[in-house]
Amino acid sequence: MSEVRALIVDDSSVMRKIVERSLRQAGLEPLAILEAGNGVEGLDQLKAQQVDLILTDINMPLMDGLEFLRQLRAQKLAAGVPVVMITTESSEEHVKEAILSGAQGYIRKPFTAEQVKERILPLIHAA
Amino acid sequence: MALSLRDSVDVVSDPRNLDISVEEVFRLMLGVECGRDSGPAPMAEPESVTAVVGFGGMLSGACVFHSGGSTARKIAARMTGMEFEEVDETVQDGIGELCNMLAGAWKGKVPNLAANCGLSIPTVITGRDYNLHVQAPEFQLHHIYKFEDASFEVTIICDGLQ
Repeated sequence: MSEVRALIVDDSSVMRKIVERSLRQAGLEPLAILEAGNGVEGLDQLKAQQVDLILTDINMPLMDGLEFLRQLRAQKLAAGVPVVMITTESSEEHVKEAILSGAQGYIRKPFTAEQVKERILPLIHAA
Repeated sequence: MALSLRDSVDVVSDPRNLDISVEEVFRLMLGVECGRDSGPAPMAEPESVTAVVGFGGMLSGACVFHSGGSTARKIAARMTGMEFEEVDETVQDGIGELCNMLAGAWKGKVPNLAANCGLSIPTVITGRDYNLHVQAPEFQLHHIYKFEDASFEVTIICDGLQ
């Protein structure tokens, strides 16, 4: 399998490490990780580099995950790249808003590597 | 049928919801079993770590996590797979994220509140010899939990319905 480049957008460096570890445990290898602490940094990363997968939190300073998604569309960045929300916000309304904003998947924190495998691998294979 | 505001608060103030939330977060994210400790409050350590995540909307208040420095380092080690000699920025970040997940899991137990109550980003305080004061909450849950040989406290404070 060719290398997968994933952008992880979360204001917690610990959560970014946990997400990376979960991706590797799910079998996503070889894997290259790009990191961003908020939506603004995420957009900057995507203007400079191509990725195969984007995982983003919702609640972040400067630019939250939903605005990040809207800006991806508005700025025509990462077209066709699957975006998965990984967040503590668990209501159906949040899920709907994320999907309407352009997300292809939604994982609620706390999560297991198995959930990551089930939700993300099909998106990578389909892309 | 959607619960009324008052019905939602009765469910959310059920102490079992907090216990289930704590157990779930520790089992899924740290891979450890954790349970309510009915014993006395843990002995205060020289250094303490407190994380606060606020919530607002239909219900306002905060989720507060508090532990000694050694427990905080142990938790961060479980989350990251790293070892910590001191409560550094990574430990603080990990505890903040843990508190975030506890708040989200607890809030999510009632769908009506999950949709109408947002969370703040975490604030983490570290230091020695400090006290927390909360002014007249509508209700408060304060539990002590234990995992392995470590203890910590989780407090849910709600100061009013909208």
